[in-house]
Amino acid sequence: MHPAPPVIAFTTLSGLGFGLLFFLGLGLPAVTGWVAFIFYAIAYALAVGGLLASTLHLGRPERAWKAFSQWRSSWLSREGCCAVVALLTMGLYAIGAIFLETHWPFLGALGAALSIATVFTTSMIYAQLRTVPRWNMIPLTPALFLTLSLAGGALLAGQESKATGLLVLAGLTLLAYWHQGDRAFDTSGTTIASATGLGTRGQVRAFEPPHTGTNYLLREFVHQLGRKHAARLRVIGFVLAIVLPLLCLALPVGGLALKHALAGLAVLSHIIGVACTRWLFFAEAEHVVGLYYGKR
Amino acid sequence: MTDLPTETTRKMGLVIDLDTCVGCHACVISCKGWNTENYGAPLSDQDAYGADPSGTFLNRVHSYEVQPEACGTDPAHAAQLIHFPKSCLHCEDAPCVTVCPTGASYKRVEDGIVLVNESDCIGCGLCAWSCPYGARELDLAAGVMKKCTLCVDRIYNENLPEEDRVPACVRTCPAGARHFGDLGDPTSDVSQLVAERGGMDLMPEQGTKPVNKYLPPRPKDTLAAQGMEQGAGDIDLLAPLLAPVTEEAGGFLGWLDRALDKLPGGQS
Repeated sequence: MHPAPPVIAFTTLSGLGFGLLFFLGLGLPAVTGWVAFIFYAIAYALAVGGLLASTLHLGRPERAWKAFSQWRSSWLSREGCCAVVALLTMGLYAIGAIFLETHWPFLGALGAALSIATVFTTSMIYAQLRTVPRWNMIPLTPALFLTLSLAGGALLAGQESKATGLLVLAGLTLLAYWHQGDRAFDTSGTTIASATGLGTRGQVRAFEPPHTGTNYLLREFVHQLGRKHAARLRVIGFVLAIVLPLLCLALPVGGLALKHALAGLAVLSHIIGVACTRWLFFAEAEHVVGLYYGKR
Repeated sequence: MTDLPTETTRKMGLVIDLDTCVGCHACVISCKGWNTENYGAPLSDQDAYGADPSGTFLNRVHSYEVQPEACGTDPAHAAQLIHFPKSCLHCEDAPCVTVCPTGASYKRVEDGIVLVNESDCIGCGLCAWSCPYGARELDLAAGVMKKCTLCVDRIYNENLPEEDRVPACVRTCPAGARHFGDLGDPTSDVSQLVAERGGMDLMPEQGTKPVNKYLPPRPKDTLAAQGMEQGAGDIDLLAPLLAPVTEEAGGFLGWLDRALDKLPGGQS
């Protein structure tokens, strides 16, 4: 699949933003006033920024509002609805925390649940697709999105002990996702033989493509260039997203300034690492339509 | 709502005969010609006369080589080239419809045709992601999803002569490899053709239940195989007359052949 920058930015940033909103909704940390303002500003910048970035890859972004209508059948529509309701609920909760110095626990818990539900709906957009075996792994694909979002959220919320546990969990999920994903296409049962229905007659080989040039399908679904450095990018992504933040959390430092600097480094490293693994999430995903072109 | 209808009154679709298709791409051209100037946004081309041309097509013809494997003492038969037109299969369980966030994609109850309402399409591309057949292409100029409409603006069009009220690809196919009809009616011509020839689904494991069917090619190498066997079939009547009269070259060229062979470095 084509690793389009808007989609990578969207899943990375809004995942982190909703992860942070989840912890803020639970009162972790229970901040008020200016400190709360800064926390919510970061969370909303990430969540809304990600959502806005996602509209950049639409053919007709001016009609994006129409996507709220099909929540009954479409995961993409559910995600849009869920995101808006979560942002509105947490917005009310934020007003209480920033301006009234009060926390409404029920509203916060509801907002936290909606925030994490938004991340789940995002993951299901990909996990529902039978055409991309590497994504069509339930519960691994949703688990990957949820654990990374929670780990990043805990990191941003300054919940050190929770962040440590969640980073380890996210790291294990990432490894499991790669392990099973590498076998997903071969175990899906879809081959050039079933694609053409000619498999019972002999060995099928794509002899000639429909056109000498490229087309939308090849640009969108058969993106082999992005996989060139897959093995190296996996190591880089894993180190930046999981290992380095864990080291930053584990280092015993005294000074508050140093502590904040280390936390900042951990967050920055985590964001770049997650973006790197998201690139691979798309670039390594192979769509079955490639079989018709003798490619994957 | 983008819920799929539980049942459609008819199941209009195509039956494509892989035995007859000659791979001339006439269906591709007539499809593009009709659909670029009728239903919905035109099918645009990008850099059409430049170094890297590409464009939106609703129907594309692939070509596959099938190499039968040797079976026991039976040597492998000759490889077969199969031309393979592919467009939307108007699936009963169309994943492209249910993923649509705006309701632009829908499957019609009256005839099962899967269509895109282009004024509702936001061009998110998710329907194309969910289609295993590559039947949907996002038009780069219009920013909306394009797909086969089964020429919905031809098949019910009373302004056209009756013989033209079929999809453009069917009307134009010079080999008669494309058939159009109601696959939900077991007595229809297309349903009988499918039953007779063992029509098949593409990627049945994807669970899309395609309406369009493909007729498998007949084996092409039986005549040659019969000729190899002794005393079987009409071809043997002429076979002795077709055998080479002599393997040895005669006359001047024969002398030259032998003379050159005798030179150092020649044969034997």
